[in-house]
Amino acid sequence: MHLATERLTARYHGRPAITEVSLGIRPRAITAVIGPSGCGKSTFLRCLNRMHELSDGGTVEGRVLLDGTDIYGAGVDAVQVRRRVGMVFQRPTPFPTMSIYDNVAAGLRVNGVARRRMGEIVERSLAQAALWDEVKDRLHGSALALSGGQQQRLCIARALATEPEVLLMDEPASALDPLATQRVEELMVTLKQAYTIVVVTHNLQQASRVSDYTGFFYLGDLVEFDQTARMFTNPSDGRTEAYITGRFG
Amino acid sequence: MTALVGMLSALAVLPLILIFGYLILKGASSLNLEFFLSNPVPAGQSGGGVAHAIVGSGIIVGLAALVGLPVGIGAGIFLAEYGSGRLGWTVRFVADVLNGTPSIIIGIFAWTWIVRPQGHFSAFAGAVALAVILIPLVARTTEEMVRLVPHSLREAALALGYPRWRTSLSIVVRTALAGIVTGGLVGVARVAGETAPLLFTTLGNLNFSTHVTEPMQALPLQIYVYATGPFPEWHRLAWAASLVLILLVFGLALVARRVAANRYGTR
Repeated sequence: MHLATERLTARYHGRPAITEVSLGIRPRAITAVIGPSGCGKSTFLRCLNRMHELSDGGTVEGRVLLDGTDIYGAGVDAVQVRRRVGMVFQRPTPFPTMSIYDNVAAGLRVNGVARRRMGEIVERSLAQAALWDEVKDRLHGSALALSGGQQQRLCIARALATEPEVLLMDEPASALDPLATQRVEELMVTLKQAYTIVVVTHNLQQASRVSDYTGFFYLGDLVEFDQTARMFTNPSDGRTEAYITGRFG
Repeated sequence: MTALVGMLSALAVLPLILIFGYLILKGASSLNLEFFLSNPVPAGQSGGGVAHAIVGSGIIVGLAALVGLPVGIGAGIFLAEYGSGRLGWTVRFVADVLNGTPSIIIGIFAWTWIVRPQGHFSAFAGAVALAVILIPLVARTTEEMVRLVPHSLREAALALGYPRWRTSLSIVVRTALAGIVTGGLVGVARVAGETAPLLFTTLGNLNFSTHVTEPMQALPLQIYVYATGPFPEWHRLAWAASLVLILLVFGLALVARRVAANRYGTR
């Protein structure tokens, strides 16, 4: 198991948002996290790269093992963890003062990657994010001139540039139109050949289309975790069935 | 309703138009090379200029900006990024009180703490007084500008493995930079026109001087002296100096506007 949580509890100001979640995430596969609003799925995701502790009143108990090492262990630097576990957010967040090139290079600069290697990595990352052909002639133009879907793929390229082992995606397509959503989904399927992907989504069709495994969260508990095909055809818990058949959520 | 609001807006800009128009009417004819390049001639004679006051204002305001802008901007960044605790509350409160303090009181303060112990008036004391006015002004506008940066940008940088200080500087402050510069320029323009704090500190000087440890002339002081003096020639120069001062402030405001328009701009 590449990434695993053991009895992971996350709180806001003492109130638990997820409770004792134990879950193993398969390498080079897409794991979807689904559930109704407020079920804790985003909080769960943010525990995997130590972003939750930056939230107001955010605390974490339990363990998150990345390649066998607890990322919350003593002596582990949260900044180093975030360089190994990349993240893409719901809304595209290109840095407005930077060009397309500099956006992708941002994480490299902070990692101290040599300048001469940078151009090559930027090109590779943009190509991985299926954006290279669209922006190769305006790399030094504003990132804000791109469409929403392009901006989101730029953010994916930016996250990939530092060569993370895991890619976390928090509803990466929910702010995009159907066509841009489709492109991001195709991209995810391509990327899983090289990356471990965990995606939070509100969109059940999306989860069933792209993911290999699915975890269903409800009221802060991990209700069920299984292969996506099995979960969507034959859920073992009544609450899962109720949710995926659209009886609530 | 629209007509009423339109009338009120017109009323709001009317004073500026009147002031500006009147200053041009009264002062523009005196604006010539001699005005900018010469120093005053003895009272009663005609001609002369305010070169000493323009240079003096430049030095005093420049010194004030040199001290006030870094401290003010630094304090503003601190307030926005780390100012949620008791220390932040205190700094914010002190800045607000200072912002509301009449500038003449700041002048008296500078006189008490710098001029009196030193035993003489100096441009330096004036610069300190202006810096004291500038710091809270710039701190609060900087804080506002930094706070305007969306939280999502900060999170994106942190998730990329930016340490917190680098997130603050190269993402958050960098994004807010145009607004911060604008706030700084507006602050400098404001203190450039201050008269009261300079009365007790730099005093004024009828001769050209670039020694910051000595009394120095500044445009607002020159206007004060010439406008209240007995000679028509002085009044003429006062009008012209007023026009120069307001043009200076106008220019700074315009530059500030340009910088602000480039917000989120690209190279």
